[in-house]
Amino acid sequence: MNLALPALVPALPAFGAAATLATGKKAPGLARPLAIVPVAVSAVLALVVALQLGTGQTLDAATRLTPTGGPDIALALHLDGFSSLISVLVGLVATCVQVYSTAYLKQDPRYPSYAALVSLFTAAMFLVVYSGDLIVLLVGWEVMGLCSYFLIGHHWETADARSASLKAFLVTKLGDVPFLFGIFLLGADAGSFRIPDVLAAAGEGRLGHPTLIALLLLAGVAGKSAQFPLHTWLPDAMAGPTPVSALIHAATMVAAGIYLVARLLPVFLLSGAALVVLAVMAAVTMIGSALCALAQDDLKRVLAYSTVGQLGYMAGALATGDREASVFHLVSHGAFKALLFLAAGVVIHAAHTNSISAMSRIPGLRKRVPDAYWTMGIALFALVGLPPFSGFFSKEAVLTAAEHAANGEALTNSLGPASAVPQAAGWIVLISAALTALLTAAYATRLFLVAFHSPAVAGAAVADHEADAPYSPELDEADPATAEPPAMRWPLWVLAVPTMGFGIAGLRSDWLPALLDGGSLRPSGVTAVTGTGLAVVGVLAAYGAWRSATARLGTGRPAPAAAGRVPEQAGAPAAEVIVADPGRTLLGPLFGPARHGFGVDRLYHALFVRPVAAAARLVRFLDREVVEGYVQGSGIGANLLGRAVRLAQTGNAQTYLSALLAGVVLLAVLVAV
Amino acid sequence: MHLVYPAVLAALLFAVGVYGVLARRNAVLVLMSVELMLNAVNLNLVAFDAWLRDSLHAGQALTLFTITVAAAEVGLGLAIVLLLFRARGTADIDRATALGDPAESLATEEPPNGAEALKGQAAA
Repeated sequence: MNLALPALVPALPAFGAAATLATGKKAPGLARPLAIVPVAVSAVLALVVALQLGTGQTLDAATRLTPTGGPDIALALHLDGFSSLISVLVGLVATCVQVYSTAYLKQDPRYPSYAALVSLFTAAMFLVVYSGDLIVLLVGWEVMGLCSYFLIGHHWETADARSASLKAFLVTKLGDVPFLFGIFLLGADAGSFRIPDVLAAAGEGRLGHPTLIALLLLAGVAGKSAQFPLHTWLPDAMAGPTPVSALIHAATMVAAGIYLVARLLPVFLLSGAALVVLAVMAAVTMIGSALCALAQDDLKRVLAYSTVGQLGYMAGALATGDREASVFHLVSHGAFKALLFLAAGVVIHAAHTNSISAMSRIPGLRKRVPDAYWTMGIALFALVGLPPFSGFFSKEAVLTAAEHAANGEALTNSLGPASAVPQAAGWIVLISAALTALLTAAYATRLFLVAFHSPAVAGAAVADHEADAPYSPELDEADPATAEPPAMRWPLWVLAVPTMGFGIAGLRSDWLPALLDGGSLRPSGVTAVTGTGLAVVGVLAAYGAWRSATARLGTGRPAPAAAGRVPEQAGAPAAEVIVADPGRTLLGPLFGPARHGFGVDRLYHALFVRPVAAAARLVRFLDREVVEGYVQGSGIGANLLGRAVRLAQTGNAQTYLSALLAGVVLLAVLVAV
Repeated sequence: MHLVYPAVLAALLFAVGVYGVLARRNAVLVLMSVELMLNAVNLNLVAFDAWLRDSLHAGQALTLFTITVAAAEVGLGLAIVLLLFRARGTADIDRATALGDPAESLATEEPPNGAEALKGQAAA
């Protein structure tokens, strides 16, 4: 197979990014084609590479990049079914997002730099997917983090975006430091940074510290994929433009952590403890984020918490040793979550607000954005996991994997013995995944009903107060006819196709599984019934709660427990807005904490931010008052000395000569005596 | 003749020259005192040349050089004194202090209270 093709896939968007940056100021008209064409060509090339590679094949190629004292660093490719599948997903979503952005950021003066960063991000993601060397993979990994930082801070005029970008950067770096050491340790143990060598070493049991390596790597994965202790950056990252959220914070970058674990799963299978840690992490993430999602008012934050939860599903599947199910869910989630975000962008564009309770007061919103309404419905169905949408099959695959692991017969697909997966991990994932299926159904239903189906508030002052609505910096056209420009409409439907149909690919073992490890992705009977049943229960519960809340609202005497104020609207006369929010009824006393992410942010603020700020103040004091005191003192001392010496400078030559003579005499006496 | 006579004479001459250079106020007299010191040295050179019976007479030759150099030097010095007198109307060395760096001109060369300003920045 021609090596130029896979090498071009990451290279083209990188060149596109450089070209966009170089010409962005001089020829802004070129920015759009330069943004779209390289990414689209890369997507096609990724597809071609995947087709050429076929199923059950791997391709390894390497050229030594630099000799080191220890294992060499190589510019290596490692292509297999996983990388093919994910690169096609990345190409598809990135192309859709670039096309969508041309309309979404039409009037943005910083569009060229934005497009360049998205292209650069795409290149980095391709690099991560294709790289066969852990160090090169790390380069792509960090470039992605950097692009994410810049793109979250795209609207840097607002304090929200600035602090969110910093937070995302710092939190992910916090995970990346142990990750780096994990890679070093893995390379040192295996004697090579090449992924095939590492896997071979893991297979032969040559790794000296599998648990330590796995736990160190998990820290980086938790940071990148927003798992429990380090998940806090992702909801805040929604301050970035919506297409960026769709690409980076839903479909690709956050999935990179999952992809990495999937690649290195044989290493993780050597350590039961790491798998249990991963399972607990995934379980806490899933349930916590689903509860949070049920209470959020910001449309994008609901989706962000949902992303965190779905990543928890993938991590859970990995904890049960089934990377097929994990990657299956990764791809289907990538498609439907990107679709959800892009549709949300259209809705936000049209509604001028991120708040779903504010949207609920806009009459006829769903008629203004019919395409977004329908595609969002489809994607939410997939998220809930109702057949026949893709989310159903992939979620069932995860549940099936957990069920098998709980029975002690994990679907490791010949990567390791089934006994490598502790049964506890299986049970943890199974129970939390079932519970999360219920909660996911509830919040998805709540989102859809509140945003689109709330009864119009009679005589409400709707359009006047949108300026005070929660932060939505996007420029947009108020004209409903252009609420959905074609460039924003078509990517939705393109992504809706895999959302609806991709799940079928897992049904037969010679379709998708043949590309991956060859196991079964078919949902088993018990979990399918349980999972779907729980999802239906969740939907019905949310619907019932919404109906009763709406009914109470209709009587004009809203119960305070069921129909809440929206405190974010403070300042506007409409602060007394009443919205029928089923989340309040369903969560009860948990609603308040869930709305604020269970205080994790506040805890981190108290635990980390404040001590660091205090230390910074101390350092500032030491620098300003102590160190600088010495510096200033030396300056002032030299000044005073100079003034004293000046007094001797009278201009009288005879005085100088007298001093000279005295000196000579003194020296002569000293020498002579 | 014993060496001590010319040596003592030379020392006296030199001392008188030093006194003149350091204490006289008139520039012409200062120049003359310089000549006295030079000639004290010349005397020493000749005396020691004779006393050591140097066959090459290096001391005497060097004296001739010194006399020549002294003549040139005095010519230059007198010219400078002449110019000084023309420019300032006086040949008084005590009043020719234009190249000095008097302390009172400090305030005009530096921003006022430079050190205090720096301290103020540090506090801010």
